[in-house]
Amino acid sequence: MSTLPILSLLILVPLAGAGFILLIRGEEEIVARNARNVALLTSVTAFVLSLYLWFGFDTTTAEFQFVEKRDWIPAYDINYHVGVDGISVLFVLLTTLLTPICILASWTSIKDRVKEYMISFLVLETMMVGMFAALDMVIFYIFFEAVLIPMFLIIGVWGGPRRVYAAFKMFLYTLLGSVLMLVALIAMYFDAGTTDIPTLLQHGFPIGMQPWLWLAFFASFAIKVPMWPVHTWLPDAHVEAPTAGSVILAGVLLKFGGYGFLRFSLPMFPDATIMFTPLIYTLSIIAVIYTSLVALAQHDMKKLIAYSSVAHMGFVTIGTFTLTVQGVEGAIYQMLSHGIVSAALFLIVGVVYDRIHSREITKYGGLVERMPVYALTFMLFMLASVGLPGTGGFVGEFLVLVGAFKANTWVAAFAALGVILGAAYMLYLYRRVIFGVLEQDHLKRIADMSPREILVFAPLVILTLWMGIYPPTFLDFMHVSVTNLLDQVEAARAASTAMSLGQ
Amino acid sequence: MDSSMIPNLAPATPEIFMAIAIMGLLMLGVFQRADSNELTIKVNSQIWLLSIVTLVLAALLVTTVSGDRMLTFGQLFVTDSFAVYAKILVLMAAALTLVISKPFLEMHEMARFEYGVLIVFACLGMMMMISANDLMTLYVGLEMQSLSLYVIAAFRRDEQRSTEAGLKYFVLGAIASGMLLYGSSLVYGFTGTTSFDGLAAGFADNVPSIGVVVGLVFIIAGLAFKVSAVPFHMWTPDVYEGAPTPVTAFFAVAPKIAAIMLFLRVMTEPFGALADQWQQIIIFISVASMVLGALAAINQTSIKRLMAYSSIGHVGYALIGLAVADETGIRGILIYMAIYLFMNVGTFACILCMRRGERMVEQISDLAGLSKSNPMLATAITIMMFSMAGIPPLAGFFGKYFIFVAAIDGGLYGLAVIGVLTSVIGAFYYLRVVKVCWFDDPVDTFDRPIPVSLRVVIAGSSLLVVLFILYPSPLIDSAAYAASALIGG
Repeated sequence: MSTLPILSLLILVPLAGAGFILLIRGEEEIVARNARNVALLTSVTAFVLSLYLWFGFDTTTAEFQFVEKRDWIPAYDINYHVGVDGISVLFVLLTTLLTPICILASWTSIKDRVKEYMISFLVLETMMVGMFAALDMVIFYIFFEAVLIPMFLIIGVWGGPRRVYAAFKMFLYTLLGSVLMLVALIAMYFDAGTTDIPTLLQHGFPIGMQPWLWLAFFASFAIKVPMWPVHTWLPDAHVEAPTAGSVILAGVLLKFGGYGFLRFSLPMFPDATIMFTPLIYTLSIIAVIYTSLVALAQHDMKKLIAYSSVAHMGFVTIGTFTLTVQGVEGAIYQMLSHGIVSAALFLIVGVVYDRIHSREITKYGGLVERMPVYALTFMLFMLASVGLPGTGGFVGEFLVLVGAFKANTWVAAFAALGVILGAAYMLYLYRRVIFGVLEQDHLKRIADMSPREILVFAPLVILTLWMGIYPPTFLDFMHVSVTNLLDQVEAARAASTAMSLGQ
Repeated sequence: MDSSMIPNLAPATPEIFMAIAIMGLLMLGVFQRADSNELTIKVNSQIWLLSIVTLVLAALLVTTVSGDRMLTFGQLFVTDSFAVYAKILVLMAAALTLVISKPFLEMHEMARFEYGVLIVFACLGMMMMISANDLMTLYVGLEMQSLSLYVIAAFRRDEQRSTEAGLKYFVLGAIASGMLLYGSSLVYGFTGTTSFDGLAAGFADNVPSIGVVVGLVFIIAGLAFKVSAVPFHMWTPDVYEGAPTPVTAFFAVAPKIAAIMLFLRVMTEPFGALADQWQQIIIFISVASMVLGALAAINQTSIKRLMAYSSIGHVGYALIGLAVADETGIRGILIYMAIYLFMNVGTFACILCMRRGERMVEQISDLAGLSKSNPMLATAITIMMFSMAGIPPLAGFFGKYFIFVAAIDGGLYGLAVIGVLTSVIGAFYYLRVVKVCWFDDPVDTFDRPIPVSLRVVIAGSSLLVVLFILYPSPLIDSAAYAASALIGG
């Protein structure tokens, strides 16, 4: 392996950009322009650098790659340890891809305090990359929770009318979950004597301890995913956040939970995982069906998509806990495609919101007459969200359903019901916004997408189709790691069963 | 004279130096030629500077004292690596709060030379407390500190609030001292000694008599008052609010650190063998402080009262480490208090910038829209608030982290869970300050420019809080070294 500290670079480049923006002084107008340029340049640089991961990643091994390890707190044997495997590498890429898109999407819609906004986004990128790359529990926790600070400010400063309520709710909900995880992390440290994740993956935790640790992690990840019934912070946060805030929230932050399940809960507490699988199935099915029905009744476009996110993340948790190769790969695939599709859908809403300043569905109708390009893009992502074959959404949902069918037919049946409902609310939304007669006055002069907006959507369109038409490109990355993960779970289970039989 | 009559002065050099310096400063102040107003101001300002120099020199002297355990003055006075660590924190806190006080003092015609002298005097008392190896030294040190503090609290003598705060502090503090003294006398009566070493040896293998336990409870009550732990916290919000802001800043840091350190030494050294007896009390005090600190702060409108409740909460967290009562616990507290020092000094430096038309404003709502009118100050306050809430990657997180590590290591899972849950509640009111700064529309701006001394302290403490994550080892290692002295010795 090469010695380029690529992950540290990815963590530091956005931070350096943020520091540079901090130093920009002068007239407001010029500062705003320079801040935008620097932020875009930094995030594009980070994206280009991250392509090194894409090309340099060895898909034949489940080992952690691009590993870096340095002493940090020797007294407690806590190290700065980063690296990626097949599960996390694509999430790092998703993060570096979505950040420049977010910055580009905020180009004109953010006029106030541009400097602070760009700093927040770059700091957020640092935290997100760090979270996916962390191979030490303490480092993981620091990045996991530090994300809250920029997100709180993004929602609270640049958000909608009820932004204060939404920002507090988001912050306190997620903090509540994560502090319980902190207690579990420390307890794990005393059981295993290390905070190093690769070592912990080999460490068998006592069966008596596992359910408690599992529940503590569950508290954190379930809120982050979010799972029913702790999802209520999400619609509020999405509705109030600025467009780019919603994009990053749906695109990356929700994946923290799904990623956490895969990184911690499954391999480290396999017995507890089996024990609690029915709970996860139940909550996920309720999430899929209930939130789909709720989405059907929404008047606010962003809220509708927010609820659809909860439903889609329900598929992710089902897939993860099927403990089958298809299910887990489907879950990861679904997270990636949802990261792109839901991000794109929030941007879609942002396009018309920038023009009309309303997200009420009834304020729109017949947009296809004035905005053909927009209608086409919207349709693509709407169908991807529904799970039409040929789009990324289909592959993820299909694999999850296959996995679920292998594990439990009933779960698969209920989850499939969610797919139908998903089609219902998305098509219903599309009909009301795009079709019909264009008769409302304020829509008569609405302009189609600008070149900048098309540029924003272009990579997302390409990726959605690519993921739908040729999934092996992405599945190859994760396949070895996923198989290895499931082998670990199986081996740990076998060991603990043998131990309990032996007693 | 027999040479054995002369005690070994080496361990007490910093204290002796400070005592002499105080006399000198006092003379300088008293015999200044108050011919003209300008001259007085000049001399006062010199004494202010000299007080800081005294504190810094004392801190340097402390570092020259070796970390080995040394007894002197007939075993009344002890110094070890724990004492060195604690004294450096106290002196640093006092020096920093003195630095940030000057603009305020001058503006409110409080720039009398006694201010600096009294603060150095209080510090001398605190250093005695930290080095106490006998219930007598403990009491003398505590009173030397407290009497200076009572005067400083009422330093703005022509203002009603300040004198009220001073009086309230005095009356309640006297009751606490009385309890402490009563407890000490009970312990002496039932054991026949006041020496920490003697007490420790006596308790090592004997079941303590009920009188000792009662005495211990009184001592704990007295000390809990000094660290403002629930249920002996009632004076804190009133005194914090009434005292002039620089005084509040001083109260929130140096005496608190000193009292916690004294608490640690008393509980672990003489009464260490009785841990089974006092652990429950400490757990109760800790839980009550965390819960009250979190809940009572929610409705506060004055930032000084908010800080008072916040400090009660912080003491609750620190006491988790004492409840564990082992080396990890002590280390956790020592790390916590060092970080607490910088967070509080930084926050109070920001509060001292809240001036409008030459007057201090103290409402949280006065911070509205600060991020627009003064982005740098708003950023500093935001950093401090997130840090106090314990959000990584800021320093406050590490303080809490090592405390929880200690709690779980000691098997006190319940305490750790209560601790993290109250920290979520606590996050709410810290966030409220951030919200006012960033989300609300601006009101009037604060007076500008911000004095240089405040700017330096704010920038320095903010950088420390943010960058602590990069290189935390020095603090953690020295805290570990200090903790080993207390438990190992």
